[in-house]
Amino acid sequence: MPRKTMVEAIRDAMDVAMQRDDNVVVFGEDVGYFGGVFRCTQGLQQKFGSSRCFDAPISELGIVGAAVGMAAYGLRPCVEIQFADYMYPAYDQIVSEAARLRYRSNGQFTVPMVVRMPTGGGIFGGQTHSQSPEALFTHVAGLKTVVPSNPYDAKGLLIAAIEDNDPVIFLEPKRLYNGPFDGHHDRPVTPWAKHAQGEVPDGHYTVPLGKAAIRREGSAVTVLAYGTMVFVAEAAAAETGIDAEIIDLRTLLPYDLDTIAASVAKTGRCVIVHEATLTSGFGAELSALVQENCFYHLEAPIERVTGWDTPYPHAQEWDYFPGPARVGRALKAVMEG
Amino acid sequence: MSDLKPLSFHVPAPAVRPGGTPDFSDVQISRAGEVRRPEVDAAPEELRDLAYSIIRVLNRDSEAVGPWAGLLSDEELLEGLRHMMMLRTFDARMQMAQRQGKTSFYMQHLGEEAVSCAFRRALEPGDMNFPTYRQAGLLIAGGYPMLDMMCQIYSNELDPLKGRQLPIMYSSREHGFFSISGNLATQFIQAVGWAMASAMKRDTKIAAGWIGDGSTAESDFHAALVFASTYKAPVVLNIVNNQWAISTFQGIARGGSGTFAARGLGFGIPALRVDGNDYLAVHAVAKWAVERARRNLGPTLVEYVTYRVGAHSTSDDPSAYRPKAESDAWPLGDPVLRLKSHLIRRGAWSEDRHKQAEAEIMATVIAVQKEAEGHGTLHSGPHPSARDMFEGVQEKMPPHLRRQRQQAGI
Repeated sequence: MPRKTMVEAIRDAMDVAMQRDDNVVVFGEDVGYFGGVFRCTQGLQQKFGSSRCFDAPISELGIVGAAVGMAAYGLRPCVEIQFADYMYPAYDQIVSEAARLRYRSNGQFTVPMVVRMPTGGGIFGGQTHSQSPEALFTHVAGLKTVVPSNPYDAKGLLIAAIEDNDPVIFLEPKRLYNGPFDGHHDRPVTPWAKHAQGEVPDGHYTVPLGKAAIRREGSAVTVLAYGTMVFVAEAAAAETGIDAEIIDLRTLLPYDLDTIAASVAKTGRCVIVHEATLTSGFGAELSALVQENCFYHLEAPIERVTGWDTPYPHAQEWDYFPGPARVGRALKAVMEG
Repeated sequence: MSDLKPLSFHVPAPAVRPGGTPDFSDVQISRAGEVRRPEVDAAPEELRDLAYSIIRVLNRDSEAVGPWAGLLSDEELLEGLRHMMMLRTFDARMQMAQRQGKTSFYMQHLGEEAVSCAFRRALEPGDMNFPTYRQAGLLIAGGYPMLDMMCQIYSNELDPLKGRQLPIMYSSREHGFFSISGNLATQFIQAVGWAMASAMKRDTKIAAGWIGDGSTAESDFHAALVFASTYKAPVVLNIVNNQWAISTFQGIARGGSGTFAARGLGFGIPALRVDGNDYLAVHAVAKWAVERARRNLGPTLVEYVTYRVGAHSTSDDPSAYRPKAESDAWPLGDPVLRLKSHLIRRGAWSEDRHKQAEAEIMATVIAVQKEAEGHGTLHSGPHPSARDMFEGVQEKMPPHLRRQRQQAGI
């Protein structure tokens, strides 16, 4: 089976979706002729023409606002926000418009739109190219929020998101674009070409929204993770020798409570990891869900390992990033708890 | 040492406040018939003067004059008058219903009826408006059932929006009326996106965006003009300048720009100003702008100069910030009276027939109101269920919401 980088897989997903449905259009800053700063849309304009894939002015509000109007017309826009950190000017259009239009118009107008954004740190991007704003979306009724962790999922989830009839926020962990990353920043980079999850089938397939994947089966502790942190958790489990069950949430909302609850009921312990800041982060929701649904199975307090409650720093990137050592300490703590 | 004086901070203020004598002497008004009518394919840079004048058709003698006149027949004008009277009567009844506690909120159009009623006539089926809360004339003139409007206002069992929206935040895809947001200005860029989609699909439909003078200050307005200009979107971008954004006079949003229409010039978008209280002028300009869009000539920005005679909403009291008699001093008069006088002058109408029409319209509106109230008002009678609250957030109800609905015992 062909191996692809996550960039190639994402590009392939848009290519497949655009071939299957003339109503799928792709636009954003630097997205057209150049193919995007991360190259995710490279070649799409040449292949589908500039009515289907084109450059937009530097206005995130304009990109998402126009996409909402296009969706109301009947198109399926898949737009790119160059970095999730640039999303804020579009937030009103996402929260007050895209997320609510179906509800407030009683289904007369819908927004089958995908907003793709590179997310997360690990590339020395400083505070404006490293944020993980997923909790700002999971707090909004009417949105679905997806964070893939590998090329296979990225393609299948993105096709599913484009085919979904409601707005989907699609957060692409930029540190994973070219290879898995376990947090050991001082080691050589592994390319997706050497990783099993880099195997991406040609053509159309979907990975359903709302379904988590168990990346590593284990019996000692459940680790809830998504995006880059899935690989960090795998490294931490390997390095501590703790038999962790690692769940890749893939879709944050709607979340896969069945998979989460079944795992914690089995292991009796839970560690939640994400790059985003701690307070009111998505981990808080996960923690609440686990105690609501698995309280009598828990043998230790739930641990959260996250970014610190500071803006994302530049020079101190590896002090901020919740790497395998920190995750490993949390695994040990819940085992001792 | 510099000999410069310290800087001073500038905050614009209206000429007159409560207790003062209304004064609109600074509003420069073109004579009816005076402003030229260019060809629709004229280059934007040749139209700059139209952003600083006011296109008017009806003169002081109630005659239709000049190059923008002569587009509508007696029958069409009579229908237009009827639409405006209907909207005014509807407003009066719904305003009163709110005062009687039958709904929570209302917003009327008093003095601005011509803008949405006349504009609607320039559109074709399938075109889409992205309105604000003060364009219900688009629905009334577009044949949307008044019963549905009232049931929405009452949030009753027949409310097409299932009680989810604030009163008057209508939505009707079928009638080319996009769901009203209430977060101001968001719809302006959406209108441009809809129009871009129509062009991308080689369709023939066009969009119309609507915004008030105050919310032109929002970034959405700027984004809309950028996108409309860049992609030459088939859209008519309408600014209804009714002088007041709740208590804030139009100068706070307009700043140093001579007019709101002039905002279009820097974008290379043709920008026209029109007498918003002149049904014939509004229609003529709308038709010109719609034709431009339809012929793939791109966007047009139109500023309707009008005056908000009533309060901003039922939650507002204008006597706190502007002279009570200011609306009487408004130099562009009343849109209903002006069209009525014109029709009388044409020999197509009379005072008696007008009185008779007023009575008929009132009877019609009251009859519909009774029917609507038979299906419930906000606090009494049948209304949408709590189940309706949980439905329709997404195409399929997500598991977490289903659990919440069960928790609520619904």
